[in-house]
Amino acid sequence: MDKPADWTTGHEAIRYQLCGACHQPQYFRRGFCAACGSTELTEKRASGKGTVYATSVVMRAATPETRAHVPYNIVLVDTQEGFRMMAHGATDLKIGDVVTARYATFTGRLVPFFEKAI
Amino acid sequence: MTYITGVGLTSYGKHEGLTSLDLMSKAAELAISDAGLKRGEIDGILCGYSTVSPHIMLATVFAEHFGIRPSYAHAVQVGGATGLAMTMLAHHLVDAGVVKHVLVVGGENRLTGQSRDASIVALAQVGHPDYEVPLGPTIPAYYGLVASRYMHEYGVTEEDLAEFAVLMRTHALTHPGAQFHEPITVADVMASKPVASPLKLLDCCPVSDGGAAFVISREPTNAARVKIRGCAQAHTHQHVTAAPALSELGAEIAIAKAKEISGVAISDVRYAAVYDSFTITLAMLLEDLGLAKRGEAAARVRAGYFSRDGAMPLNTHGGLLSYGHCGVGGAMAHLVETHLQMTDRAGNRQVRDASVALLHGDGGVLSSHVSMFLERA
Repeated sequence: MDKPADWTTGHEAIRYQLCGACHQPQYFRRGFCAACGSTELTEKRASGKGTVYATSVVMRAATPETRAHVPYNIVLVDTQEGFRMMAHGATDLKIGDVVTARYATFTGRLVPFFEKAI
Repeated sequence: MTYITGVGLTSYGKHEGLTSLDLMSKAAELAISDAGLKRGEIDGILCGYSTVSPHIMLATVFAEHFGIRPSYAHAVQVGGATGLAMTMLAHHLVDAGVVKHVLVVGGENRLTGQSRDASIVALAQVGHPDYEVPLGPTIPAYYGLVASRYMHEYGVTEEDLAEFAVLMRTHALTHPGAQFHEPITVADVMASKPVASPLKLLDCCPVSDGGAAFVISREPTNAARVKIRGCAQAHTHQHVTAAPALSELGAEIAIAKAKEISGVAISDVRYAAVYDSFTITLAMLLEDLGLAKRGEAAARVRAGYFSRDGAMPLNTHGGLLSYGHCGVGGAMAHLVETHLQMTDRAGNRQVRDASVALLHGDGGVLSSHVSMFLERA
């Protein structure tokens, strides 16, 4: 499969796949729908809007590169499009907060960074 | 019908100079001798993995090193659930007549064989390589995420979680082989260094060196009569991003199947051995398994329910949190302790009645589960 032009490859975008057969969205990219097996997938770009599902602020990182960023907040966000994703977020985010994505640099890579929607 | 005929366990903590194979060998020797068997009588070997010395054929390497030529051998990898998954497989292999005596063994010099950072980096690879690992999560962060959600949904507090660390430490104080022997309080847990919110250092199990082993046989080989009544697994996801809702996690699925297969009810259980990589893991699993109502496990800890003299003694050796965690061997210590309790050999830790025991292991981020019932025949 071609690499997607999204944050995992350094582009300012969150992408997902939508199944043409069962209409299930999926975030982890594959050549088929993990819910029904269909290969009728459409590539979509997510709005970057969602709701915080869970948070954990990392205070002890394991590598010199990540340690330079401590503290950083790992968040799980339920996107408006119906899939869940892991990202970074503002350290004051609470579960249930409505958020929007911007992008930040972490260990030299682009990562999605969620903040409270205004 | 299968029996756990022998168990072996090293102390956990630092074993300077010993390799993973050394620790596996020590534990294996103890277990085989406990079963009253000779090495040559072992015809099956199941072993786990070593992050310090990875090998594509660890069971064969171990068999050669240990000096036996089994008719069945391979490694099993299910993270923290490996010990019980191997036991389940051994049970079925023996029950099907494939082999007579299976040696189940795990051991690793995870503490002295590599830096703690290297260990944390290696373990963080359970995360998704494209969608999680680049974000710099650690294993405590994966569990921190789950903890934040569990606390949010069920009103559990950080002080509640601290109770589990204190309980495991209290139990470890009475076991000479445990890694930690200093008493701790809820205040100590609360004041310990933040690792990944809401988890603090004392909410997390340590990294240890150690080894554990058991022998699963078709017939009893000695006075011990510990029978495997039934076991079941569930695997709902690997990555925390793909985990189902809290109410649909694998522990509930595995325990329901294990109850059905064995005909054992939670009300029959007298002793519990439950995976406790973090305080939140133990709190959630106890509630998922039905050993406490939702959000009420900590209250049961405070009331002494899970203490040595309580109604449901739990991890009386101190668990992963305080006996220690050497990888695959980590949760195998839970089974060794259960066996000692069921055969009245737990010394000053002996509980009144361990006639029926429930064991539960979890691998990944509550990803893979094994539930098992043991009964004294």
